[in-house]
Amino acid sequence: MRLHDLAHARTGDKGDTSNISVIAYRPDDWPLLERALTPEVVAAQLGLGQDGGVERFALPQLHALNFVILGALAGGVTRSLALDAHGKCLASVLLQLDMDDMARD
Amino acid sequence: MTIKDRTGRSGDILRIGTGAGFQGDRIDPAVDLAERGALDYLVFECLAERTIALAQQARLADPEAGYDPLLERRMRAVLPACARNGTRIVTNMGAANPQAAARATRAVARELGLSGLKVAAVTGDDVLDRIGPCVLEETGAPAAALGAGLVSANAYVGAAGIVAALEQGADVVICGRASDPALFLGPLIHGFGWAMDDWVRLGRGTLVGHLLECSAQITGGYFADPGVKDVPDLARIGFPLAEVDRAGNAVITKLPGTGGLVTRATCTEQLLYEIHDPARYLQPDVVADFSGVELEEIGPDRVAVCGATGHPASGQLKVSVGYRDGWLGEGQISYAGANCVARGSLGIDLLRARLAPLGAAILEDRAELIGLDAIAPGARVAAAAEPAEVRLRYAARCRDAATARQVGEEVEGLYLTGPAGGGGVTRQHREILGIATAFLPAAQVAQQVEIMEGQDETA
Repeated sequence: MRLHDLAHARTGDKGDTSNISVIAYRPDDWPLLERALTPEVVAAQLGLGQDGGVERFALPQLHALNFVILGALAGGVTRSLALDAHGKCLASVLLQLDMDDMARD
Repeated sequence: MTIKDRTGRSGDILRIGTGAGFQGDRIDPAVDLAERGALDYLVFECLAERTIALAQQARLADPEAGYDPLLERRMRAVLPACARNGTRIVTNMGAANPQAAARATRAVARELGLSGLKVAAVTGDDVLDRIGPCVLEETGAPAAALGAGLVSANAYVGAAGIVAALEQGADVVICGRASDPALFLGPLIHGFGWAMDDWVRLGRGTLVGHLLECSAQITGGYFADPGVKDVPDLARIGFPLAEVDRAGNAVITKLPGTGGLVTRATCTEQLLYEIHDPARYLQPDVVADFSGVELEEIGPDRVAVCGATGHPASGQLKVSVGYRDGWLGEGQISYAGANCVARGSLGIDLLRARLAPLGAAILEDRAELIGLDAIAPGARVAAAAEPAEVRLRYAARCRDAATARQVGEEVEGLYLTGPAGGGGVTRQHREILGIATAFLPAAQVAQQVEIMEGQDETA
């Protein structure tokens, strides 16, 4: 089971900061997302922000999390050399996360 | 076109729609909204972070340039229906030259036989003359240290200029840099007579603006994931509109017969789009608080939005500072089939060896194989079979144009002097305009409104 089976997600950007929302499809899955998707797990999956640069905000009434990743965009869309300078693709990369171990905890 | 009353056509509800959510947005859905939306306001948000720095350069080369290159096309497309239906337009397509954009809009209106159209130019966001001492967040040094590399400085202004233009009867309001939600908040403040310190309503109006500002991103665009999140008739997706009441609560919807969908899911994704702390969304007119927002599906493609609030504005305006940041040189070449990853990697090694003599003229570089590691090189991925094909991409920030050109030429050189079977080279070089961030006290930024109407251009 991947995160993709449980949630949908969208990436936004401001300057050199990326933000990724993760939203449960079903209210029943919200407690698992809230418990499992720590800033550390998100940083490891994306290979970004491992040095404590991931902040997490929760909106329980919408079954939604918002991850803010500082310094994620190689200087930001205007000067980054990256192909996807906005980081638009990052939410889908996060949805590849394998949830099996976390669901058993 | 007649000047509308302060309230919307239906009294206690204002209908406000999105005509564009970025500079290159589709035009047909805006025309549909203008014709069938019974809108009080149609808002076009077309200005990205870097756009205004590019526009400033265009204006330096030509004093009548520096506004959105699609302005005339968009205006020609929607003005007849907007005039017929009494829909007022608000847009930031003025970019670096709102006055020239207003003159151009008046010219389009005259061509269309709409000579009575009142067009307002809102200015005051250009703060290049006073940005020098302000410290840039990215460098920790004053903007003045950029010297001749400093291109532009534009403050994200609030809704006051737009409100003033609407109070003066403008049918079309054209500004430059303003906060995106302010383009929507301005008409709501004007239409409902909200006070500029009514933080709760300003927070709610900001939410409406935030949800609408990216056009189809709330009606099923940037959303489809086949088999999981399917979007009906995406090819004919409609743009959104909001029905807003006096308290600032709203229903987000779209026109019947258009493609796409408006659901709790599309609204939740857009609610958090480009938001950091949902409880503190910093805006020039208010610190909006979205942390308690509730979304309810009340009908097909109808989502009721409530629960936003707001707190007093910080008194500081964010300023986008554009500066010359070297030159980009880039090239790509494809490798496919057997051993393609190894051949692509060899190509990267060759490029680095051949460009090494340029030394410090290359400030930073990035090499990748598209199809393997171009998007998220550090991401955790399951082991996979060799891809069917990869595309080598090499990009470098260079000190000057000649070096940047040479980067692309070296990629092209891989045709005859690189690994076996490389094909499909593309290359480019261009100047990089970087954007840095500074803050200015709001009291140092005054907005001005200039109304153009009647025969002023021919006088």
